[in-house]
Amino acid sequence: MDSYGDLIAADDVLLFVNAAITSTGQREFHSDAGEQRLSLDFLHAYMLGNYRDLYAGVLALDINDHNAALIIRRLLETTGEATAGQRRSEGRLIACRLATLPPQRVYGLFDALRRAGVNNRRTRAIMRDWLAARPDLAFDAVKYRSGLKRALRHAHLAPATEELGAFVFAPLTREHYATPLLETWRRAHYEQAALYELPYTAAEGFAAKHGIPRDVFLERIAPRMTRLETLRLQESAHKTGTTGVQADLARMPLTRLATYVLSLPVKDRLRRRAELTHALESAAGRVAGSHQGSWGRVTAVLDDSFSTFGSVHKRRRPLAVALACHYLLAALAGNYTGLWTSGRTDALLTRPHGPTPVGRRILDALDTTPSRLVIVSDGWDNAPPGLAAEVLRIWRTRLDPGRRTSIVHLNPVYDAADFDVRRLSPTVPTAGVRDAEDLPALVELAQFAEGRTGLAELITYMDTRAARMMGGRNQERAR
Amino acid sequence: MTTLDLTGLTTRPAQVWGAVRLVPLVRDEPVDDLRLRSQLYGEGAGLVEVGPRDAYVSYIPHGFVATWTGDGTPAAAYGTQLSVDGNSAPTATMGLRFHRGMARRQAKDRLRFLPMHLALEGYLALHFGGPSLAWTEWSQRAIRQGLSPRVEEAYVGAEVRGLTDALRIFEIHPGQCGVLVYVADALAAAFTVSHPDDYRALHPTLVQDLYGELIHHYATLMPPVQDFRARIPDARIRSLADLRTAVAEQEHAWTHFHDTTMLAGLLEQAYTWQTVYRMGRFTLSRFLPAFRPKQENHIGEAITDDRGRITYLKTFRLSETQVRRGHLLRKLAASDWHLADTAAELGITEAQLGLRLESAGFGYLLRQDVLDGYRKRGRTRTG
Repeated sequence: MDSYGDLIAADDVLLFVNAAITSTGQREFHSDAGEQRLSLDFLHAYMLGNYRDLYAGVLALDINDHNAALIIRRLLETTGEATAGQRRSEGRLIACRLATLPPQRVYGLFDALRRAGVNNRRTRAIMRDWLAARPDLAFDAVKYRSGLKRALRHAHLAPATEELGAFVFAPLTREHYATPLLETWRRAHYEQAALYELPYTAAEGFAAKHGIPRDVFLERIAPRMTRLETLRLQESAHKTGTTGVQADLARMPLTRLATYVLSLPVKDRLRRRAELTHALESAAGRVAGSHQGSWGRVTAVLDDSFSTFGSVHKRRRPLAVALACHYLLAALAGNYTGLWTSGRTDALLTRPHGPTPVGRRILDALDTTPSRLVIVSDGWDNAPPGLAAEVLRIWRTRLDPGRRTSIVHLNPVYDAADFDVRRLSPTVPTAGVRDAEDLPALVELAQFAEGRTGLAELITYMDTRAARMMGGRNQERAR
Repeated sequence: MTTLDLTGLTTRPAQVWGAVRLVPLVRDEPVDDLRLRSQLYGEGAGLVEVGPRDAYVSYIPHGFVATWTGDGTPAAAYGTQLSVDGNSAPTATMGLRFHRGMARRQAKDRLRFLPMHLALEGYLALHFGGPSLAWTEWSQRAIRQGLSPRVEEAYVGAEVRGLTDALRIFEIHPGQCGVLVYVADALAAAFTVSHPDDYRALHPTLVQDLYGELIHHYATLMPPVQDFRARIPDARIRSLADLRTAVAEQEHAWTHFHDTTMLAGLLEQAYTWQTVYRMGRFTLSRFLPAFRPKQENHIGEAITDDRGRITYLKTFRLSETQVRRGHLLRKLAASDWHLADTAAELGITEAQLGLRLESAGFGYLLRQDVLDGYRKRGRTRTG
């Protein structure tokens, strides 16, 4: 039997994991960026002070990049407080997580460490190792020039080659660079054609410098764009009359794709229905992988009330998560029913609108006798308030005490005032969700939130995840 | 018609944010041939000229344009009319706009009026002319100028704490045509329009409306109000069908409770109605409460159709001091402004009435020597 302290620890960790999955320190529908950040900072300080090992262990879970960077930063800032054993395990976790973070975030993190004056030996070693593992430093030098420069200077590192050093610290002193990319960058100062061989973000600045019209620039730079840049710029490129920027929707990650679909006007969605549906279904199929069709009879209650608009920072994010979950669950389930709170039946045309009658919709969902009920909602049940909690409570206590139906609530929004995602009912586990792709892992994690498993199991789970993350990395190295 | 009749509008579950509770009203059938539109004059103080002799300052957040269409259709015609209207607004210096008259015809089928203004003016002008008989106690100023200046204080909605956020995060129901704004569970304003699209357009303008000082104080001082959460007794639930019935009962319970308890202060009062304007089958009128002290008193304006149903409604809750002033004026007018008769009616002495008039802010209406006499008598009685 767990002690009282252990139960609290397990509870705290789950609460923190939920926060670290959902909150990005940006404005949400109900709270502004300042409130989100203040609330999140408190949680980080609390976790670091009380459960340092578990705090580091969270890095192995599906938390978002913003929080991963925050955790790494806080761990490195407080190196002095850690024991030798802790430093070793933390170091491994940090290195693994850094390898999966996008480079711009890592350079941002290094810069934050520089501004905070964190320059201990461990920090320098971690920066050195990460930079050494970069596949092409010349590319970083062009695309993240200031970031790389500050990192080299802060960690007292010598650039890999003498030429790279010259490029980063005194770029226009040379007549010629032997590395082709660096030479292209030098030529792009004087020659318009050269800039189309640079990465998009670097080329954009040169295009402005040379006064190249936007449509001409977009047309010719299209092949150099990354996958997400293409997706992001596709619509604005269409407006300028460029047709060259064409994202391959079938290759996009599921939640990003859902965000893109929701950004389109309804008449475009109708016109491209076949294409969009196919893209969403194939993305969902990729995520489901071998689990396809294995979940049995699944019903989902999906929130498309006005609050799923999110904020101007995270436009329609909660709705995009719900839409992505809709397609993913359809792929995972043998028999799937998706119910939107607005009563809409055509998922592709969904938009944030109207109140949130979750309670009624859960009733409709239970009518379909599912073996698994998934609720995706921000937890603001308001028509009438508290009805969902009552329906779920009575279902659990009186109508289904044997738990034939497993119910889980996924919440994409961090509630800054409560330091957690908002719960619908204490009888149903709630887990935070950021990307629909994590849904299977989250449903696993949500079992802990039901309070039936204790700290020991939770630690075992986190260790397994950590081992899996590091194992994956070692395999990559072996290749 | 003396009381307000909200037939055709159904109450839906409230949404709470801080001390503000917003109750949506949903119309089963939208009224198509009356459409309203906001015409913003910006946030400056507006000067409204009434008659040749005085202009008084009052904050005018916005004016509305009413549009009548014969065939009951579309928002398109309505949009073009708006652009015409944009030209007709007179430009004025120093950010002030002059509205000559409260409601006047601009074009053949449009009527511009300033939402709260009509009613506020009605209240202020209740006995604007001052004493109808020149009894000796009244000052020369009261007889010559009446109750001037006609000024009342109100707060713009943005000053009411929490209201901006509450309106921003409010989730508008499908078919919603109105809202009741409660602050600390006191009804601050009722607002209904004829069509859901109009409501959607006007919802954000609620934050620029006028609210009384009482509402402002409540919003500043009161802790957050509680949600009326659904509660289902689980003893008699044996199946999903039972649960469904219980859920329907819960929804009905809220509607019933709200309409008979929370809204009683607005609906159960008898109002004095005054017709301002008639066009087609619609009548624009304003109403005044009975000015009963220590109770809810709302002034407002409404557009009713030929069956007497409310298509447009806007109310303003008076503060306690405003109610007291209205009450005194009404009593004075009922006794032809005779002080002794009024005092007898109220069951107090003449001196007490004089002091009450003074504390209500009407001291300047009385002749100075008469007022001094009342003060002296007041002192000797207490001393």
